[in-house]
Amino acid sequence: MSTPTAPGLPPLSEPTAWHTISLTVNGEPVTAQVESRLLLSDFLRTRLGLTGTHTGCEHGVCGACTVLLDDAPVRTCLTLAVQAAGAELRTVEGLTQDGRPLTPVQRAFHEQHGMQCGFCTPGYVMTCTALTERACRPDDDTVADELSGHLCRCTGYQNIRAAVRQALDERYGQQEETS
Amino acid sequence: MKPGPFDYAVPDTLHEALQLLSGTERDTKVLAGGQSLIPMLNMRLARPELLVDITRIPELGRLAVGDDGALRIGASVRQTAVADDPVVREGWPLLTTAITQIGHPQIRNRGTVCGSLVHHDPAAELPAAALALDARFTVAGPGGTRTVEAADFFLSTFATDVEPDEIVTEVVVPPQPAGTGWAFQELIHRRGDFAGVGVAVLLRRTGERVGAARIVFFGVGSTPVRVPAAEQALIGSGFDAEATVAATRAALDPQGDVHAGAEWRREGAEVLLRRALAEAWERTA
Repeated sequence: MSTPTAPGLPPLSEPTAWHTISLTVNGEPVTAQVESRLLLSDFLRTRLGLTGTHTGCEHGVCGACTVLLDDAPVRTCLTLAVQAAGAELRTVEGLTQDGRPLTPVQRAFHEQHGMQCGFCTPGYVMTCTALTERACRPDDDTVADELSGHLCRCTGYQNIRAAVRQALDERYGQQEETS
Repeated sequence: MKPGPFDYAVPDTLHEALQLLSGTERDTKVLAGGQSLIPMLNMRLARPELLVDITRIPELGRLAVGDDGALRIGASVRQTAVADDPVVREGWPLLTTAITQIGHPQIRNRGTVCGSLVHHDPAAELPAAALALDARFTVAGPGGTRTVEAADFFLSTFATDVEPDEIVTEVVVPPQPAGTGWAFQELIHRRGDFAGVGVAVLLRRTGERVGAARIVFFGVGSTPVRVPAAEQALIGSGFDAEATVAATRAALDPQGDVHAGAEWRREGAEVLLRRALAEAWERTA
């Protein structure tokens, strides 16, 4: 992969405090000048106004800031904006638009009340969205492992699990109750 | 919880990366997945002046088995890519299991195998796995490339045998003899945390006796700790788990910290060892 550059600006291979990055966010091309130290979470929230991505702990523990980077859930507080050059990002805002139907994952969280205060919800929804995009249904251990990367301070875990189960059932077909 | 200012560069070749690291008085850090470094930047426990991102150097992105049967994991290969690889799972199941116990999937999707090894948190999984598997490191620097065995690589907490102007380009894991039994277990308060204590065990069978053994603990010192006395006790006795536990008790001197007390670690090491020996023995052929 070659280093992405914008015309007329120094390439990312130059060691500088500011860089121009180009990436795709929710299907839209974005080019921006960013400071090297800017976290991807802050880039999304303060530069692009995508405040659906929440920042909780800012050191990788809580999972609230999780988005999909090239289809994989990652912590945006543990990723620099410059590291996302050339990447394809999806945030909670990109799942659907006002007036359009919710995605099956969003609907499952709504119907199962898989949220209380809602602060952790965007992170869960993005991880769960990735779980519904696999070739085949992830097993219960995998689901538990993926969900372990998120904290819900309201401790609403049972409803979150029910929501994830509904979304997976809808995507991959019903599964026998195992727990 | 925001990093201090620094310069950042993402070179396209290893040569450029090494040039950025050499001949400078600046505090420079290599960045790969960033899952250890960026938390330290956020908390300003690290304040480097320049980060050199090595993830766009094509040759460092390779994951392959060489002609000698050894697994070669390039410096920018993500943990998830290794854990999901069926060839790795078949040939190095201990490594697969160790990786799946690191942090959370969202961390492993970014974090690299080599990055975790070079960072060397002594409570982390991969240094112990590397020591148990006799891995070796390819280290590139201004004067050329050298190879460091895992037994010499881990110096102390957060310290490895890598100079500031060097880059670990790959970790090489030798093939495991057929029939090797293995176990990798850790005790942990919450899923995804660093281990309070953990153990990696590799066993080979000679008839009904243990022919060869490797026992490595982590979370019990400033590096992963191999316990040759316990290995010898196991081999010499055929398979006497209690003699092996006793030899371990005499060899280990875990310290207490905010994560776990010394006694908890000591007892945990013994409990894990009994379980791991049984599991590894079961898997021998």
